[in-house]
Amino acid sequence: MFEFLPILLDGARVTVEITVAAAVIAVLIAFATGLSRLSRSTALRGVSAIYVELFRGSSLLVQLFWLFFVLPHFGITLTPFQTAVLGLGLNIGAYGSEVVRSSVLAVPSGQNASGAALGLTRFQVMRHIVLPQALLRMLPLWGNLVIELLKGTSLVSLITVSDLTFRAYQLNQATFRTTEIFTMVLVIYGSLALFIVACTRGLERLYGRHMPAREGM
Amino acid sequence: MRIDWIFALEILPVLAKAALLTLGVTAAGFAISIVLGLFLALLRRSRRRAIAAPAAVFIEAVRGTPLLIQLYFIFYVLPEYGLILPGLATGIVALGIHYGTYTSEVFRAGIDAVPKGQWQAATALGLTPLKAFRHIVLPQAIPAIVPPLGNYLIAMFKDTPLLSAIAVVELMQRAKIIGSESFRYIEPITIVGLFFLAMSLGASMLVRALERWVRIPATG
Repeated sequence: MFEFLPILLDGARVTVEITVAAAVIAVLIAFATGLSRLSRSTALRGVSAIYVELFRGSSLLVQLFWLFFVLPHFGITLTPFQTAVLGLGLNIGAYGSEVVRSSVLAVPSGQNASGAALGLTRFQVMRHIVLPQALLRMLPLWGNLVIELLKGTSLVSLITVSDLTFRAYQLNQATFRTTEIFTMVLVIYGSLALFIVACTRGLERLYGRHMPAREGM
Repeated sequence: MRIDWIFALEILPVLAKAALLTLGVTAAGFAISIVLGLFLALLRRSRRRAIAAPAAVFIEAVRGTPLLIQLYFIFYVLPEYGLILPGLATGIVALGIHYGTYTSEVFRAGIDAVPKGQWQAATALGLTPLKAFRHIVLPQAIPAIVPPLGNYLIAMFKDTPLLSAIAVVELMQRAKIIGSESFRYIEPITIVGLFFLAMSLGASMLVRALERWVRIPATG
């Protein structure tokens, strides 16, 4: 049974790489568009809202296939790995955008008002007063999203990226040791998910402990 | 490359037929997930640890692993033990189980939100636990349960393209077949994307309307 382990773990490495890369893209897009939706500019708000609805409204697999099959026809050719990271990043980024927006809105409005009363600019209030508080609220929600992302990475096997799911599928076709292979894969995904949960909890504790002192509240 | 509108119109009826299967799969999978979800929620709320703990482990394990692997598991592993399900049935069952673990948490939260006094009052009136649950507690839990259930229905609908991986010719698979036969992927895959977009945006508007509608008796 353990002769499959090196192959599966190599696939798990690809899964982790995609998860990390897509998470970085998702966080960047989520903050850019989530904050844009709270901006005064109608254009920024509009573009961000369309992005969010587009990627939350349609299916992740359809989005991956679209990037994989249709984009080359418009002259943009990405490797399967790049397609996977871009597709997952855009998809999770749309959900993350809502997380950012709702967490910022959940900070009591008195914080905005007192920041303004102290003579801070809108940008300074957001940067030094609202965002640090919003960040603490959004950490557990981001933890859930990264688990969704991890589970979503299994779909990249369908656009020929040789991640954990892809390796399992191929091993199964070659050896027919079905029960062992898929049980091991379930255990690996489960362990990765537990690891993400542990990381999120740790971050929450760390940030929650340091935030009041660092922000001088 | 330009969009071929005539080709798009030509493939529309074929895609529409596959879309019906996608909707049917969603309906059947959701029916399973509601029944299973309620059942799992009751098991997890049980006072006996021997019942509650395995239910909790099952729920967390299924929620923590990818649906695609679960599809493969049911499709490839169960036949080794003599249980052979065709692709379509496998897909419906896998969707039902996967989302059943999500809906179980919705049911659990909804049931927990009903004040304890309601149980006590029902018991005082001489109702059996089953009758108290069915006639007193469950009806009051519904306003908290319906909107999140609606959101999971939409999420499940968006996961149906995964069934293409176990050779179910639903909408996505049909679009890929058209693409590989005609070497034109733009039109079929874009149409599929628009279909999912239109359906889920429409459905989420309905869920929001429903949310307002069920809230009235609770607050009034």
